[in-house]
Amino acid sequence: MSAFLSMIRSRLHSYWILIKSLQTALLLVTGLAGYISVAGADLSPGLLLSIAGSLFLAISGSTVLNMVYDRDIDSKMPRTCWRPLPTGRVTPREALVLGLLISLAGAAWACSLDWLYGGVVFAGWFFDVVVYTVWLKRRTAWSIVWGGIAGGMPVLAGRALALGHLDWIGVLLSAAVLFWIPTHILTFSMRYFDDYRQACIPTFPSAYGFQPTRLTIAVSSVVAALAMIAAGVGIGLTAGFLRLMGVLSAGLLLLAVTSMLRPSERLNFGLFKFASLYMLGAMLMIVLEML
Amino acid sequence: MPKIRPLDRILVLLAVLLACYQVVVGIEGLGTFAIAAYTVGFGALLIAGLLVIILGFEILDSPHIAIVSTVIPLSLSAGLVSEFFPAVQTPYLVFALVALGAVIFTRYRLAGNAALIALVFTHAVSGLIIFILPVVVSLTGRTPLLFGMVGVGGALIGIFGLLLSFLKAERPLLSEEQLWGWFPALILVVTSAFVLGFAVV
Repeated sequence: MSAFLSMIRSRLHSYWILIKSLQTALLLVTGLAGYISVAGADLSPGLLLSIAGSLFLAISGSTVLNMVYDRDIDSKMPRTCWRPLPTGRVTPREALVLGLLISLAGAAWACSLDWLYGGVVFAGWFFDVVVYTVWLKRRTAWSIVWGGIAGGMPVLAGRALALGHLDWIGVLLSAAVLFWIPTHILTFSMRYFDDYRQACIPTFPSAYGFQPTRLTIAVSSVVAALAMIAAGVGIGLTAGFLRLMGVLSAGLLLLAVTSMLRPSERLNFGLFKFASLYMLGAMLMIVLEML
Repeated sequence: MPKIRPLDRILVLLAVLLACYQVVVGIEGLGTFAIAAYTVGFGALLIAGLLVIILGFEILDSPHIAIVSTVIPLSLSAGLVSEFFPAVQTPYLVFALVALGAVIFTRYRLAGNAALIALVFTHAVSGLIIFILPVVVSLTGRTPLLFGMVGVGGALIGIFGLLLSFLKAERPLLSEEQLWGWFPALILVVTSAFVLGFAVV
C-alpha cells in the first residue's frame, strides 16, 4: 500500500513538473483578472472556480503537449534534461494521453461556460501547441510572437466571458501580455544561449545577436507598459493604482534600458524576474481594484 | 557582502508592500507636486526593494542602485518642501535635479572621490530635510505629533548611511556582516515610520 502511495506521489510530482506550474499559474491569474476586470461581473465562487479550472486544464494540457513534442530538445539542454520525459520517468505515450485528456477536458469545460470563452481558450491552445510548438519553434526565432499571442488569450477569454463579446480593453490586455512575452522569453534565451544553440533552436540572440535582442526587449517593454496602462485607464483604475502601475512600468523600462546600455548577466536575470513580478503585480492590481 | 537569507527577503518584501500601499492610498489628497514627488520616492524604494529580493544585497554595490537610492531622499525631501515651504519648491526642485545629475555624471564618468563627494553631499542635504522638517512641523503644532515619525525614519536611514560611509572609508564602526544583517529589518522599520507619519497629514 505504501509503495503504491509512493508511486502515485511520484507520478503526481512528475505531472506537476510537466505542467510548468508557475507559468500556468501566472497565465491563470491573467485569465481571472481579465474576467474580474469587467465591472459588475458575476463573482460567485462556483463560477470563478469554473474559470480557474477550465483555464488550468487547457493551459496545463497545452504545456504537457509542448513537453511531449520538445522532449528531444529538452534532452539536449542541461537546463531541461532532468525533466520527466527526457529522463524516462514519464513515457511519451503516457504524457501524450495526459496532455490530450486535460486539454480536451479544459476546452470542453470552457465551452460549457460560454462558446465565445471556449473559442478563445481553444485559440490559445491551438496557437501554443500547433502554431508555436509544432510549426514554428524549430524554424524561426519569430515563433515567440505566436507564443505571445497564445499567452495573451487567457486574459482575453476571461474578459470576453464577463462581457459576452470582445472589446478593445481585452485586446489591450492581451497585447500587454503579448509584448511582455519578449521581455520574459528573450532574457531567458540570452541567459541560456548555449543551451538553445546546443539544441539548434533559433532564438533572437542566435539569429540577430545580443544587442539587437536587448533593443527588442526594451522596445517591447515600452509597448507592454503602454498597453497595460492604457488598459488600466480603460478599466477605470483609480489614480492610486495607476500610479503604482506607472511605478512598476517605469521599473521595467529602466531595467530594460539599463540592460541595453550596460549589459550584464546579473541585470539580465533581474529583468527576467522583474518582468514576471510586473505581470503578476499588474493583474493583482486589476483584481484588487475591482473587488 | 553577505548572502541574502529567506527572512531578509520576507522583511524587504513587507517594506515593498508598505511602499505599494503608500503609492496607492497613502498620499491621496496632497498637492499634485507632492504626490508626484512621493510617488517617485516610494516608487524608487519599491523598485530597489524588489531588486534586492531578486538579486540579493550584491545589487546594492551597483552604480545604478546608487542612483536609485539617491532618487529616494531627493524626491521625498522635495515632497516635504513642497508641502510645508511651497515658496522654495522651485529652487529646491532645481537643486534636486542638479544634484541628481551630478551624482549620475560623477558615478559614470569620474568615479573616485568626486562620485563620493557628490553622493554624500546630496544625501546629507536631502537626509537632513527628511529628518528635521517633519520633527519641527510636528513639534510646532503644524501637523499632528505622529508626523514626526517621518523624521524618525529619516534619522534611522541617515544613521545607516553614515555607518555605511565609515565602512566604505575603511573605518568601520560595524562590520559589513552586522550592517547588512540589520539592513532588511531597518528598511522595514523606516518604511513603516514613513507610512505612519504620512497617515496623519
